[in-house]
Amino acid sequence: MNGAKPFDWRHTPGLSVYTALIFVFFYAPLLILVIYAFNSSRLVTVWSGFSFKWFIAVANNGAIRDAAFNSLIIAIVATIASTAIATAGALALERGRLRFGRGAATALIAMPLVVPEIVVAITTLIFFSGLGMHHGLINLMIAHTVFCIPFALLPIQARLRDMGGTLEEAGRDLYADEWRLFRRITLPLLTPAILAGAIMAFVVSLDDFLISMMVSSAGSTTLPVYIYGMMRLGVTPEVNAISTILLTVSIIFVAAALLVGRRNRFA
Amino acid sequence: MGPNRTYLLIAPAMLVIGIFMVLPLFLAVGYSFMTANPYGGVTQPPTFDAYLQFLYQRDFDDSLVFSPSYALIILRSVYLAVATTLICLVLGLPVAWYIVCQTPERRRVLLFAVTLPFWINTLIRTYCWILILRDEGLANGALRHAGIISDPLPLLYNDGSILLGLVYTFLPFMVLPIYSTLERLDPRLIEAAYDLYASRTAVFRRIVWPLARPGALAGATLVFAPALGSFLAPDLLGGGKKLLIGSLIQMQFTSSRNWPFGAALSTVVTVVVLTVFVIRSRKAGEQRR
Repeated sequence: MNGAKPFDWRHTPGLSVYTALIFVFFYAPLLILVIYAFNSSRLVTVWSGFSFKWFIAVANNGAIRDAAFNSLIIAIVATIASTAIATAGALALERGRLRFGRGAATALIAMPLVVPEIVVAITTLIFFSGLGMHHGLINLMIAHTVFCIPFALLPIQARLRDMGGTLEEAGRDLYADEWRLFRRITLPLLTPAILAGAIMAFVVSLDDFLISMMVSSAGSTTLPVYIYGMMRLGVTPEVNAISTILLTVSIIFVAAALLVGRRNRFA
Repeated sequence: MGPNRTYLLIAPAMLVIGIFMVLPLFLAVGYSFMTANPYGGVTQPPTFDAYLQFLYQRDFDDSLVFSPSYALIILRSVYLAVATTLICLVLGLPVAWYIVCQTPERRRVLLFAVTLPFWINTLIRTYCWILILRDEGLANGALRHAGIISDPLPLLYNDGSILLGLVYTFLPFMVLPIYSTLERLDPRLIEAAYDLYASRTAVFRRIVWPLARPGALAGATLVFAPALGSFLAPDLLGGGKKLLIGSLIQMQFTSSRNWPFGAALSTVVTVVVLTVFVIRSRKAGEQRR
């Protein structure tokens, strides 16, 4: 041995510090928001003690409650509809025999991810106004269902690909018919992924701002649209508090989706 | 599964997206060739006015006068989207490489940490920067406290703050695809290179970068497309004064009430974005072969 360290390509000098800085860039702004939300001062940037009062103010605000209720209803309907549609679509793409149009189907389903959100927002507005449909909540439920489909589809499709077709083939060898095969083998194995997809769809619907802003009408304001209105009036502790709540909800749901998704990996 | 059942299963997804997404896109193309109705919506007769408006303004005597203001907004949007893409690439590539170098367990944690911001509301993530950058914000407060400045610096409402907001929003879109291509890298290639006396930079230039390029290309597409049509960063961090395509489109459907022009802008943005995606998937296809 000449004392020289064996070469380690996994270690680039300075890279860990650099990466840590990038993660600070990702998370410090969010942390600052959360800290300010607990600031008792009305002046957002002057710290004058820890307080829950802005959260209480948010909870007592009827307009915020209405907007949150709208968001929740829309998200629940969009989640159920998009997850059902996505599950069927994923089964067809992974297990089906498409003689033609697989590329077209994949491209079509990816459309909501590819087309810029502002374009989706205004084309949806044009479409509904052209039809003379002015039912704020229903329009939003439909619009949200559309862009939630790919988000619900991705984890389900990935899971179907991972688990392969061997278990289904074994079932077929044992003379199970297609429906039984689905009920007894495919669906139970797929349930965690469907749940993960549903949670993703729920979070995406809850977070949508641009499309809701363009499509919603007076009675159908969603939470992000309402928060945006508050932000336009200026930086206030209430905005920090309600933003912190929404942030926490998203993190809880995504962590849940991840845990649910991971548990089935070894099934 | 038989073909009939397959088509039955895929039909709802295709119908819903076809009717409520693709059909409206075509409708918007149609609207872009109509005359604006000052009360919102469109009327007859069909014209090319909306597209002429990109470069010309109609004067009082109905003559066309060259006016570059909209073209400049479009150019600035493209420039900011390209800048966002490049900055994300420079910032994101080392992070992706760092994650690849970790143990599987740490990789999973770090990947989750990169993905999480993606699921947090963009509105809220953009708003955080207002808290930091505004005149009474954290950055100015810290600088003043340190005695470096006496008057607040105008950190907000300029191209720089928009760019910062865009990079902050879209950086995960760059890290993840690069990571997923580098993940498949065979470490023996690097070890062989070192045995042949290649330096770190040579290894990066000759092995890591060529292997990361498809991911970088995918990431560039995923960053550029939404950055081009972005609304929130220019609106909140640009203060609404610095218009970009996204806000310009939104304005045509709200305050300006010029639906054909808004539809024409949307059509152009969509065509640009779809072209970028098609070129990319062609390239990706070639590389696979």
